[in-house]
Amino acid sequence: MIAVIDYDTGNLCSVSNALGRLGATYEITADPARIRAAERVLLPGVGEASSAMHKLQERGLVEVIRSLTQPVLGICIGVQLMCRRSEEGEAQCMGIFDHEVRKFTLPNLKVPHMGWNSIQQLRSPLFEGIREGDYVYYVHSYAPTVGADTIAQTEYGVPFSAALCKDNFFGTQFHPEKSASVGECILRNFLKM
Amino acid sequence: MLAKRIIPCLDIKNGQTVKGINFLELKDVGDPVALGRRYAQEGADELVYLDISASMEGRRTFAELVTRIAANINIPFTVGGGIASVEDAGRLLKAGADKVTVNSAAVMNPQLISDIAQKYGNQFIVVAIDAKQIDGVWRVTTHGGHRLTERELFSWAREAQDRGAGEILFTSMDHDGTKNGYPCETYARMAEMLSIPVIASGGAGSIEDIAEVLTVGRADAALAASIFHYGEIPIPKLKQALHEQQIPVRI
Repeated sequence: MIAVIDYDTGNLCSVSNALGRLGATYEITADPARIRAAERVLLPGVGEASSAMHKLQERGLVEVIRSLTQPVLGICIGVQLMCRRSEEGEAQCMGIFDHEVRKFTLPNLKVPHMGWNSIQQLRSPLFEGIREGDYVYYVHSYAPTVGADTIAQTEYGVPFSAALCKDNFFGTQFHPEKSASVGECILRNFLKM
Repeated sequence: MLAKRIIPCLDIKNGQTVKGINFLELKDVGDPVALGRRYAQEGADELVYLDISASMEGRRTFAELVTRIAANINIPFTVGGGIASVEDAGRLLKAGADKVTVNSAAVMNPQLISDIAQKYGNQFIVVAIDAKQIDGVWRVTTHGGHRLTERELFSWAREAQDRGAGEILFTSMDHDGTKNGYPCETYARMAEMLSIPVIASGGAGSIEDIAEVLTVGRADAALAASIFHYGEIPIPKLKQALHEQQIPVRI
């Protein structure tokens, strides 16, 4: 069973629909016991980082997530919350990845970064079957910096971490659940971890 | 590099896909979910579903169909038609839509743009503008082009952006359905003026028309209906041709 963490940051139906299309069994939950017992955990989310972080804290989920040992995948705001801190609302985040989350600030760059962009320098089993330069779908104004845990990069004015991995923790800044067959392949790879 | 997007638009009436020539004379072109899935497989970057009967008949939109689309389609999709309140938009978000597009209701009540953007984020709201040139001035129309308003295209686009629109979808009612190409100068001027993406819609008859609006017209995306529905320009062929012209596309 996959636990999709429900912490009241927008709707979760895109992620759960994608899991459904892959034939996976999932449960949408904020119950620490259910999350700990799951084979895999997904941390989705949209919205603003500091308030999303606050919602995780309110539900007592920060320590629960940090202490998980099964594969965990954060998506979009989910991966940002797994970083050390975010410029958005000056949020102190979970610190699983020792990366900062920064806003796109270059002039002449449309923000949010929205649409299909390519991923490069892939280095993780998460990208098995994915080619360098394949396209994934993004909607975001902030992104994790490139660093030690980077397993894929995208360029939008500057290079940023398209995906991160440390131990059992994975995160994608893009939306695999909206990234057509490439996204489905990445999700399927995660389900095999 | 961020890719230019190709977006098939599915006009929906009574749960079926239709495309009107200049928004009149409608002709069935298939089941919305099956057609959407086919487009996604062919390489469409997004889909737009418009309930075109909504404004004219005051019909509330189609949450049931949206739920079915969300369950079956693996690319982002936008829905519109008859969204007149934040609650309407919220229902569609809950049903699984990635974005909503507002048109007539926003012209009548611009605060609607601000309210939806504030509640659900800029990325969730696309402001669609239908306009036609009257004595050299681009005038905004509503209700599928049937009603002329006093608003002028560029100032309205700017206001929509300032109120929080995430994208502008501009259709020239003088070009829609004609297959004679887009008013590229108008698009370029709009792109110059705005800091949000512009989607070009209405008028494409050939691959060249689309290439032109994405380069000369500086549009971020091109939306079309009949050329895709009737198989006149298959999406894989279109994207390959754009790629060969060094236009960044996802293939």
